[in-house]
Amino acid sequence: MITRVSRSKALTTALLGVTLGLMNCITQAATATPSEDDIKTYLRPMEVPQPKSNLSTPERVELGKHLFFDPRLSGSGWISCATCHNPALGWSDGLPTAIGHGMQVLGRSTPTILNIAYQKSQFWDGRAATMEEQALGPIQAEPEMAGNMENVIRDLSDLPMYRKMFDTAYPGQGITNDTIAKAIATFERTVVSSDSPFDLWLKGQNTMSVAAVRGFDLFKGKANCAACHSGFNFTDNGFHNIGLPNNTDAGRFAIKPIKVMKGAFKTPTLRDAALTPPYMHNGQYKSLEEVVDHYNNGGTPTFDNLDPNMKKLDLSKQEKKDLVEFLKSLTGSPLMITYPQLPVK
Amino acid sequence: MFRTGYLSTGLMLMGILVAASASAGEITIGQKDKSFVMNGAKIETVSIKVGDTIHFRNEDPWFHNIFSLSDIKTFDLGSYPKGQSKPAVFDKAGMVEVECAIHPSMILKVDVK
Ligand code: HEC
Ligand code: HEC
Ligand SMILES: [Cu+2]
Repeated sequence: MITRVSRSKALTTALLGVTLGLMNCITQAATATPSEDDIKTYLRPMEVPQPKSNLSTPERVELGKHLFFDPRLSGSGWISCATCHNPALGWSDGLPTAIGHGMQVLGRSTPTILNIAYQKSQFWDGRAATMEEQALGPIQAEPEMAGNMENVIRDLSDLPMYRKMFDTAYPGQGITNDTIAKAIATFERTVVSSDSPFDLWLKGQNTMSVAAVRGFDLFKGKANCAACHSGFNFTDNGFHNIGLPNNTDAGRFAIKPIKVMKGAFKTPTLRDAALTPPYMHNGQYKSLEEVVDHYNNGGTPTFDNLDPNMKKLDLSKQEKKDLVEFLKSLTGSPLMITYPQLPVK
Repeated sequence: MFRTGYLSTGLMLMGILVAASASAGEITIGQKDKSFVMNGAKIETVSIKVGDTIHFRNEDPWFHNIFSLSDIKTFDLGSYPKGQSKPAVFDKAGMVEVECAIHPSMILKVDVK
């Protein structure tokens, strides 16, 4: 599987890359090479995390994929997970905030499901601890899919092909809330980022522009982005109020009523972020340029709160461009997805 | 002579140490690499006595916000940067779950006896 990378091999390749990169420098005065610390911090972890109670098998992934793309899980029979988490739009929907059952406009934007397996909690406010716990939420939520689990289980059980798929994926366990959630989560764990120019650069290839490398230095240094967007998945799995001027949503405070959580939301991954405008939980920024302008201004306190890591940055025009170049270098090649042929009676 | 002298000083010192830890009540627990640490080692639980104080010291280059919403002890130390430390007194027996609001994977169980 592409998701299993032997760390020692990757490290060797990366270290080899440092040497090769140094040689490159001499011959063509190319871009700077990553430090050993960069390689350690940003290299892909060896494995995609998965719970012991729901280990991945090809049958489970395939079943989960069918369910993810099946609109018959919804009350209208018209909305699937992929309606909002659309692989053709970076596993999101391109909307400021989602549109659900009966064309209702929802209060929050659709996050990508890329790399959610690496997250410590799910949803913008972290209210679900696991992907299995998250998966049944949208099916039953009236504004999203307005489905009913009893009907879903009845309808799926009516289709011999699904009965067979459940039985090979989860032998003897039947078609239940539990197996539906588990299968969907197993599929989602295969939706992981592929090597971007940044990752290839870490492994020693000359894939980053000079501007993008300058942007990376700003990201870790003057612009202070890495205080929150840290590590391989560019998130601290934490919650921060970054002072979005239009925000009226108390976010994490509803889950943890601690002052600093007023208006705080989960730090999202930045991998493939260039593919998923508009940005933020309320979709208020149309481009990465607008996002960088926001951070440059230091944010506006809402609910009388602003994360203490937020401050005015004083970035020059060129520095802002460099940061955007860096963010774009985190875009991998798209995951090839074949749509499943869904079971019919 | 010399020997007994040393010995008694030694005993006296030990006595002070024992007394200090018996009524000690002062522990420092660091926040480092988004974990709780004591004496340089990562910890997930700590056992203390009723009336003890824990000083929570931030050793990371970013902010932490230590709090607890446990039944027997609720407090919110607010957010503070590297190098700063804030105390919390644990005045009732029981299990207190201390967390960081910013980084929810940081959890410390304090067993107050
Ligand atoms: C109507 C659009 C819509 C549909 C349909 C939908 N989602 Fe979502 N999804 C959202 C929105 C909006 C959020 C953010 C909600 C929040 O954080 O409060 C979200 C959040 C998530 C998250 C959390 C991601 C993260 O980074 O925290 C996961 C996982 C997810 N959805 C999976 C699914 C699955 C599985 C299905 C199908 C069973 C599904 N979604 C159906 C709109 C949708
Ligand atoms: C204080 C922590 C913090 C800092 C510092 C920070 N971010 Fe963020 N970032 C967040 C959080 C939290 C969100 C989501 C906020 C929301 O939607 O309310 C976010 C959202 C984003 C998004 C939108 C992603 C999406 O999918 O919607 C981008 C892009 C981004 N940040 C880039 C940056 C850059 C570039 C920097 C440095 C200039 C930076 N961030 C600094 C915490 C931070
Ligand atoms: Cu913290």
